[in-house]
Amino acid sequence: MQNVKTTEEVALGIRRRVFEHSMRNNGGYLSQACSAAEQLAFLYNEALTLGQPTLPMIPRPFGGVPSADNPDYVTGAGYNGPFEPHFDRLFIAPAHYALVAYAALIEVGRMAPEGLEMFNQDGSSVEMIGAEHSPGMEVHNGTLGIGFSTGAGLAWGRKRKGESGKVCVFMSDGEVQEGQTWEAVQAAAHHGIDNLWAIMDVNRQQCDGAMDSVMEVGDISTKLRDFGAVVVEIDAHDIDAMRQARAEPHEGRPLIILAHSSPTKGMDFLMKRFPRLHYVRFKSAEERDEMNTAIAAELGIAPVDLGGH
Amino acid sequence: MEMVNRPYAGAFERYAVQHPEVLCLSADLTSSCEIDGFRDRHPDQFLSMGMAEQNMLSFAGGLGLAGFRPFIHTFGVFLYRRPYDQLMASIAYPRRKVRLMGFLPGVTTPGGMTHQAIEDISVLRTIPNMTVLETGDATEVEGIVEAADSIDGPVYCRVLRGSVPRLFDTPFKVGEIRILSEGDDVLVITAGITTEEAIRARGALDKAGVSVRHLHLSTLKPFDAEAIVAHAASVKHGVVTLENHLVAGGIGSMTAEAMAEAGLGKKLVRLGLRDTYAHGGSRPYLMNYYGLDALALVRGIERLTGEETGIDEDALDAVRVEAVHSAVKAEAL
Repeated sequence: MQNVKTTEEVALGIRRRVFEHSMRNNGGYLSQACSAAEQLAFLYNEALTLGQPTLPMIPRPFGGVPSADNPDYVTGAGYNGPFEPHFDRLFIAPAHYALVAYAALIEVGRMAPEGLEMFNQDGSSVEMIGAEHSPGMEVHNGTLGIGFSTGAGLAWGRKRKGESGKVCVFMSDGEVQEGQTWEAVQAAAHHGIDNLWAIMDVNRQQCDGAMDSVMEVGDISTKLRDFGAVVVEIDAHDIDAMRQARAEPHEGRPLIILAHSSPTKGMDFLMKRFPRLHYVRFKSAEERDEMNTAIAAELGIAPVDLGGH
Repeated sequence: MEMVNRPYAGAFERYAVQHPEVLCLSADLTSSCEIDGFRDRHPDQFLSMGMAEQNMLSFAGGLGLAGFRPFIHTFGVFLYRRPYDQLMASIAYPRRKVRLMGFLPGVTTPGGMTHQAIEDISVLRTIPNMTVLETGDATEVEGIVEAADSIDGPVYCRVLRGSVPRLFDTPFKVGEIRILSEGDDVLVITAGITTEEAIRARGALDKAGVSVRHLHLSTLKPFDAEAIVAHAASVKHGVVTLENHLVAGGIGSMTAEAMAEAGLGKKLVRLGLRDTYAHGGSRPYLMNYYGLDALALVRGIERLTGEETGIDEDALDAVRVEAVHSAVKAEAL
């Protein structure tokens, strides 16, 4: 698809959309937009080779789960384009980043803004924790740590079939607390799966708070290298660095880009809540109003009209 | 009785070489699952996944996305206990054509609690989109590969290995119940290794005047409730199920559900492990100790009918004793 916006513009648009949505809905995964906006903007706007969406701009309602009795079932992968040998595939491993991923789809013209209004509504396919049938999703990744394994399996299969398209996994650093992540990295290295790459949002935050207070994970880059990955570390808000990292040769091994991010980037006002950033909920109407004014100013937009909410 | 050595090994190889989309996955139990020869002769179709079942199951889901049909080989317990979440999210929910080949079902291993899949049927049969098959003889083991690969979705199979008796001369057919005798006093339902036990008991029961209708199940899910109820309705006393599994959640439970839902007011005796773990030992010892053998079936039938048969151990055909250290097994497990 033709790039209409710069990746910087897409990133800013993601932050604005997630902010507005969170204000209107009295909370949301705001911090994930801060940390990951450039990463998802980079993936959708320039790094991935994707075809035109195959599903309607306004998402269809929930169409049932996969079963032998549901032959019309489709996943949300159609928002990333058709499955063709030369197109890339993307997995959003931390499925609670769905709001940020949906905002990215809108910013790059793959989903209509109305899609975000369906977020977390009963009967909608635009689920809070991205499901297989949610826009841009292809598998369930709600239980953290399974995404890279799936990507590795698909990548092995695509390599075997001689497909030129790559498999990309968007990951989060909390996933390195799960043993399966390490099983997956060692397997990808053992089997020489080099049509697989990942970008990991290293924001050092998790549900309970700062990762170091929940479970220290040590030096992720050293550990990943020891398990067989090629690792590049970058500033998650530096898109040029991201481009260079993607170009890192990784023959015979998966590439994992550690994108060190700020969980409040673009919305510094959120530092007031640090380290409780996983899901931002407002404690009072005053806090909501204060945040609305302050963050809107940071994002260069007018405060969200909360009159009807 | 004809004994067949390692029927799975040949059956898998014959089938897989004809189907390049079939992949052979192993989690460090390659010779224990009789696929070592396949690995050596067809390394391009074999993936060593190491002792890492969680990744193996999600990875297999990814292979399924790419259009492959992975056969995962390991002991049954390792397919669903540790990687249950991955089984659900990466295989069962999306209906990937992943074939879970679970070796050493129930007490067929001396490995004790950690190795004995005694609740696998109860767990797997409650998983939406899952098919559950079980092998009871060499013919069924030979047929399980093609039968499993015919399933449009994920399938879990209880597979027998090593030296396996041949009881049947017609191939494995998914969904088909084998009617092994058509008596009208008692309905006996078995699957897997308990079928051989029931066959051992049948001769003595005939002599004692108990007319047994004996069904062997190789498709456990979908469970043919209608057929089971019809057979149960056709006998005088009721039903005895005998399974290499806990009595909760397996064939006994499925039979009870079918009878209750049909409103069939007949007695049911469920034989198997009774809310207990097993320990390590030989198969005949364990089957005797936990009441899974021919004599346990006779006693179950007596409970059902309220009549003594006079059958004792000596009246039953000789127990087939298998050496713990056998040339056809990779290790003592």
